Amino acid sequence: MRLVVRAAEVLGAERLIPITRAHVDSCLYHGEATIDFVRRLIEGGAQVTVPTTLNVGALDLLHPELWQGDPRAAERGRLLMDHYRSLGCQPTYTCAPYQLAAARPAFGEQVAWAESNAIVFCNSVLGARTERYGDFTDIACAISGRVPDAGLHRTDARRATLVLRLGPDLPPALLEDDSLYPVLGIVLGRRAGSRVGVLDGLPSRTSEERLKAVGAAAASSGAVAMFHAVGSTPEAPTLEAALQGREPEEEAQIGLAELRAARAELTTAPGGAPAGTPIGTVSLGTPHASLEELRAVERELAGARPAPGVELLVSTARGTLAEAEEEGLAGRLRATGVELLVDTCSYIAPVLRPSPLPAMTDSGKWAFYAPGNIGVEVVFGSLRECVRSAVDGRVWRDAGAWGAT
Amino acid sequence: MRGRVLADGIANGTALVLEQPLSLWGGIDPATGSIIDVRHPQLGRSVTGRVLVMGAVRGSSSSSSILAEAVRAGFAPAAILLGEPDLILAVGAAVAEELYGIRLPVVQLPPAELKTIPDGAPVSVGEGGEVTVG
Repeated sequence: MRLVVRAAEVLGAERLIPITRAHVDSCLYHGEATIDFVRRLIEGGAQVTVPTTLNVGALDLLHPELWQGDPRAAERGRLLMDHYRSLGCQPTYTCAPYQLAAARPAFGEQVAWAESNAIVFCNSVLGARTERYGDFTDIACAISGRVPDAGLHRTDARRATLVLRLGPDLPPALLEDDSLYPVLGIVLGRRAGSRVGVLDGLPSRTSEERLKAVGAAAASSGAVAMFHAVGSTPEAPTLEAALQGREPEEEAQIGLAELRAARAELTTAPGGAPAGTPIGTVSLGTPHASLEELRAVERELAGARPAPGVELLVSTARGTLAEAEEEGLAGRLRATGVELLVDTCSYIAPVLRPSPLPAMTDSGKWAFYAPGNIGVEVVFGSLRECVRSAVDGRVWRDAGAWGAT
Repeated sequence: MRGRVLADGIANGTALVLEQPLSLWGGIDPATGSIIDVRHPQLGRSVTGRVLVMGAVRGSSSSSSILAEAVRAGFAPAAILLGEPDLILAVGAAVAEELYGIRLPVVQLPPAELKTIPDGAPVSVGEGGEVTVG
């Protein structure tokens, strides 16, 4: 409770309000401080008082054989995950709790969510309300069942103050290309910082997967906790609604040149990794793949296998994996040489086979963090480009949407 | 200068003015204090013992843990001066104090005042958000 009150002071709240759920990110091991903290909670006899899901941990508890690092680190990571379960949290171990039917808050629900991509999705796509909570605060809110009445819990703070219009020079085909969305998110994060922005000009009813990609990237390049997309997100049926009838503080256009530059920056491999560049790894599912995205991997593979020596790994939630097992999809993916990772992510856990060649991803967030976290060179592309490149063993580029590369 | 206290404490150190926002998770290694974000212009610099000056914040909600762990391991900055409030860093400092009794002041200054702090300048932070440069 002391931490919740501290949070209220920082956020300038005058009172606390009750929450219905929490999503806790503190279960990922970052050193002994993370264990020291949860031990303090356990010694105090704490238990969560609202339904609480857990974010990814340090390792895949269902497939521990995938761990290739120091066994002691795995043991500490597992201990932390177990400690959070003992506080009454559900062992969901996913960064995409919004893809689990039982964990999805309804429109307008007040919740305390951590994990930057989940925060953005919760506010923007579900219209449920959370501030940008981090480790320690998340579990403190889950135990007290309360949050400060401040920030994005309040209607006025959810108003867009920045309008970003997609430029007229964007080819229509680009709006239909999956790889636009993480790139757009990177630009949104840079331009918005911690402000609420509204994207105008996207196709109406843009899919949850695409909105997820925008949010995850925007929360990596900026401190975005919420955005609107006119015609797609629930608090933006119109531009005026996103602005809550007021004037924006800033209006700007996002043109093709800015998007192309942001897309190029996501690739760190030497020379920009043109088509034909050999790759060693393809990592998909950051944030965790939805069932629909797992189906898309199967569709794009069309029965082919990754090239010899190329690892194709998809991270997902254990809950989503269970659904994929049920419909036979997981078995078919494994039979074509796809590795499925749950409970963690391939830029956190040492699970990828060491390779001197670059790793390809469809995730803006993975492209952002993997080079620093696990020391790989990254090539960014759409899901289709990633899967075909895995099959070819070399970067394959879709000639369409972005033009010549 | 007097700022708004997000975490109280006393510290002295040399200013490290970040040229771009940095997420502590994925941005610094708490076991060495080095900046590891490959896209950050100050890649490889050490934050340990420095007064970290950040105009804007960004990134991961794990940054609270990274800050607390950096304090435990002895590689944390001496203080953090911000141009906007940030709950994630404030709580990381609060937890480090609670667990280890080590205070790391986090102070929010008006952006215009924050910009007057030159990189490499000696900075002292006093109780109640008092910031002195030089």
